[in-house]
Amino acid sequence: MTGPTTLRTQPYWRLSLLHARLGFVETIRIPIAVLGNLLFPALALVFFVVPQREIAGDPVSATAAVAQLGTFAVMSTCLFSFGAGVAEDRALPFDPYLRTLPAGPGPRLTGRVLNGLLWSYIALVPVALIGWLLTAAQLSGRQAVQAVVLVVGVAVPFLLLGLAIGYRLSSKAAIAVVQAVLFPLAFAGGLFMPPDIFPRWLDLFSQALPSRAARDLVVQITAGVDAYPLAVPVLLAWTVVFAVLATLAYRSDEGRRFR
Amino acid sequence: MEVERVTRRFGDVVALDDVSLTVREGELVGLLGPNGAGKTTLLSLVSGLRTADAGTVRLFGGDPRAAASRLALGTTPQETGLPETLRVAEVVALVAGHYPDPMSTDEVLTRFGLTDLARRQTGGLSGGQKRRLAVALALVGRPRLVLLDEPTTGLDVEARHVLWQALRDYHADGATVVLTSHYLEEVEALARRVVVVGRGTVLADGSLDDVLALVARRRVLLTVPTSARSRVEGLPGVDAVTSEARGDADRLTLLAADADEVVRRLVGAQVPFRDLEVRGASLEEAFLSLTSGPTTDDAVAATGGVR
Repeated sequence: MTGPTTLRTQPYWRLSLLHARLGFVETIRIPIAVLGNLLFPALALVFFVVPQREIAGDPVSATAAVAQLGTFAVMSTCLFSFGAGVAEDRALPFDPYLRTLPAGPGPRLTGRVLNGLLWSYIALVPVALIGWLLTAAQLSGRQAVQAVVLVVGVAVPFLLLGLAIGYRLSSKAAIAVVQAVLFPLAFAGGLFMPPDIFPRWLDLFSQALPSRAARDLVVQITAGVDAYPLAVPVLLAWTVVFAVLATLAYRSDEGRRFR
Repeated sequence: MEVERVTRRFGDVVALDDVSLTVREGELVGLLGPNGAGKTTLLSLVSGLRTADAGTVRLFGGDPRAAASRLALGTTPQETGLPETLRVAEVVALVAGHYPDPMSTDEVLTRFGLTDLARRQTGGLSGGQKRRLAVALALVGRPRLVLLDEPTTGLDVEARHVLWQALRDYHADGATVVLTSHYLEEVEALARRVVVVGRGTVLADGSLDDVLALVARRRVLLTVPTSARSRVEGLPGVDAVTSEARGDADRLTLLAADADEVVRRLVGAQVPFRDLEVRGASLEEAFLSLTSGPTTDDAVAATGGVR
């Protein structure tokens, strides 16, 4: 032994990519989990938007409808993969084992985030394809690029919310809570029905939600309908709140099990 | 690894009470003790999973909580909890990726006779195969210290011998191995030095033979009339007695270090016994007598009690 400082742990990014790759493989081997996530927003588009010609035939409304369901696809991927996924992993004896390997918690978490983003993009593919083929929705090249970048902005707050749930709750409770959070948030955020048809009180309440802020920003970029003025601050504020909740949940988990 | 005056509590339960233990390069140490003795807690401190409430734990001279200190450490998942959908070779690659100079997947799988299973998902392995993979994971990074928690629990005899041989081979290459077990047989087969842990303290620490003599106990079963019971309990060499009433007689179970001597005394004292049986005692029973018996202090001192 020449001294502990002569040895170095493996590079952060290499370990992150390793975890991301194997996390991806792990997910894809349970096809039903992948399919469920991919199909729901696409089916919603097929059943509720495509048959209504006044929406599907109008470029602005159609693009907005596709954008809403795309936002939902990202939100649900993040909440499930980070909420339910983290809670499930914590319950496995493999999780403490991984903590004895020469690496901190960072690479594993980064790998998970990369994996979550990748699945968010994959979840957008069927929605985008159906929008392109079966409705009048359209995007310019520039809008498409902006939308691809915005996915990260939409994913981050929900990913943090997912982590807060995943590190706080057992896996059974986490799945229930994810569902209880996801659908009301999606509905009240105007991801299933456009907020234009909301009653006044719901529209106002909706503007305080992260899902509505995200939805309006996505619609602004893709369909050119301006978001309400507070959308960016609201989304940022929720991102901070969820980051704090995620950190607290992680700390309390680490304290309970590892101190 | 060095553990110095370490105490660790879980709520009201004291899992480790002022424990000190140093393991030097190249040793093969068996931590022996009944379930709940604190063996697993001790290993979790050394592998950086938990921190001590008091005292210091050092791994290669560093803090085990720092990732770099764990570069030469190999551990196993405690239960057979491997990611079910990953293939054997993928799990090995995941672990290998954390080390500077890991074994190749082929080498690892060959050492543990898993070569044919490289492309199998871990969820499809038998219990014994999972266990072998779990122990193999401890060696992937060519660690200089291997910590194994109950490495062969639940394995059949043949699988157990394959694992033991793999561990002996690895130790022969120069590595330090610390394993916990509540099987006396396993510790006998592998360890040179044995540390007995019970109720959160080190009860004995010495060479295999010394410790074996200390914990090896026999069970003597016999039926005597209830009136003769107190005479049996009073015999020298009887550590503990449990009894079961059978009509006007009692079925007694005696624990003794030297069963032959106890039987001779029974005969000598003309105790009217029948249905005599002598069996090996479980480690749990042996520990019961070690921790509660009046001879404990003397016995620990007799081994030179390195604390």
